[in-house]
Amino acid sequence: MSEYLLILVSTILVNNFVLVQFLGLCPFMGVSNKLETAMGMSLATTFVLTLSSVCSYLAFTFLLQPLGLEYLQTITFILVIAVVVQFTEMVVRKTSPLLYRVLGIFLPLITTNCAVLGVALLNIKKQNGFVESIMYGFGAAVGFSLVLILFSAMRERIAVADVPSPFKGSAIGMITAGLMSLAFMGFTGLVNI
Amino acid sequence: MSIALSVILTAIVALLGLALAFGTLLGFASVRFKVEGNPIVDEIDSILPQTQCGQCGHPGCRPYAEGIAAGEDINKCPPGGEATIQALADLLDVEATPLDAEHGEEKGKMVAVIREPECIGCTKCIQACPIDAILGSAKHMHTVIASECTGCDLCVEPCPVDCIDMVPVDQGISSWHWNSPKDMKIIATDKAASIDNEGAIH
Repeated sequence: MSEYLLILVSTILVNNFVLVQFLGLCPFMGVSNKLETAMGMSLATTFVLTLSSVCSYLAFTFLLQPLGLEYLQTITFILVIAVVVQFTEMVVRKTSPLLYRVLGIFLPLITTNCAVLGVALLNIKKQNGFVESIMYGFGAAVGFSLVLILFSAMRERIAVADVPSPFKGSAIGMITAGLMSLAFMGFTGLVNI
Repeated sequence: MSIALSVILTAIVALLGLALAFGTLLGFASVRFKVEGNPIVDEIDSILPQTQCGQCGHPGCRPYAEGIAAGEDINKCPPGGEATIQALADLLDVEATPLDAEHGEEKGKMVAVIREPECIGCTKCIQACPIDAILGSAKHMHTVIASECTGCDLCVEPCPVDCIDMVPVDQGISSWHWNSPKDMKIIATDKAASIDNEGAIH
């Protein structure tokens, strides 16, 4: 039990996917202009990341490993992720129009989120088991959501702040992201996995 | 040689099988989880003039489009006039009927103008405007954003001091267009049809 907690803390804070491992930076910069969209994106990403880490683990252990096809993992995971996202979108659209309105436009975006593929590949590299894979994916997603929401809240403030003109717009966003990354470096050594 | 070949074949078959399974899953899902949208409503809505005036008896153009899709008459839209009725008739493959006088008559394009010195700033017209084309705040003069106004008349009635006029839009160079022919009796059968109609009235 404490092992799973350790994985969660590790992925959320210490080895944060965005600020420490620099994965999933495109949505981090792209969807963080408004707090509301950032929340939608976080929810959708959490969902897809957890689900896809499970599916890619299953595909790897029950298809690729028995056949000795480990070298096909990248293309297989891309396939799995794309299908999971597409399937989720269809199911959500049918079953819950309200949820679809919140998540809908973000779901296809997540297909190309490198954090999703990154989690799948790292799960294999770290030789995580089934539950560990779920925890790892979920923790990565929570870490991503935490950082994205914090960052978008900051950017909403920055948008109305009096920024010197050379730093306006994305430039100050990048600097803020760098400072956040520095701050998250402070968690190094909290847990060691 | 044969070992290498078998490895390649396994890889291809495994990926192909996976892709096939996923393809089947998605294909099944697209049938099973099909969303029944009604695309005809969108098409009807795009033909309607979007004045949101409510003269058809619906609270806006979209509800009327849904009404038409459900089988309502297509001749209840005065702002759109004959052109809209004709377009709807073509789209839905029904007979084009003349505009229903009960819902109002076709006028040229109008725009609301507030006589500003008389405005008392009651904000009633702002609340009435379906497309937020009136600007102003309580106890301050209001004005109409002419480029947004659809000429729907809805602000005229609530005004307590009657300071809103509906004026025809000036035809500048950018908004000028050919007048449609007054009399559609172009060929002999048109005349025959109109005679028949008159004969039916008597």
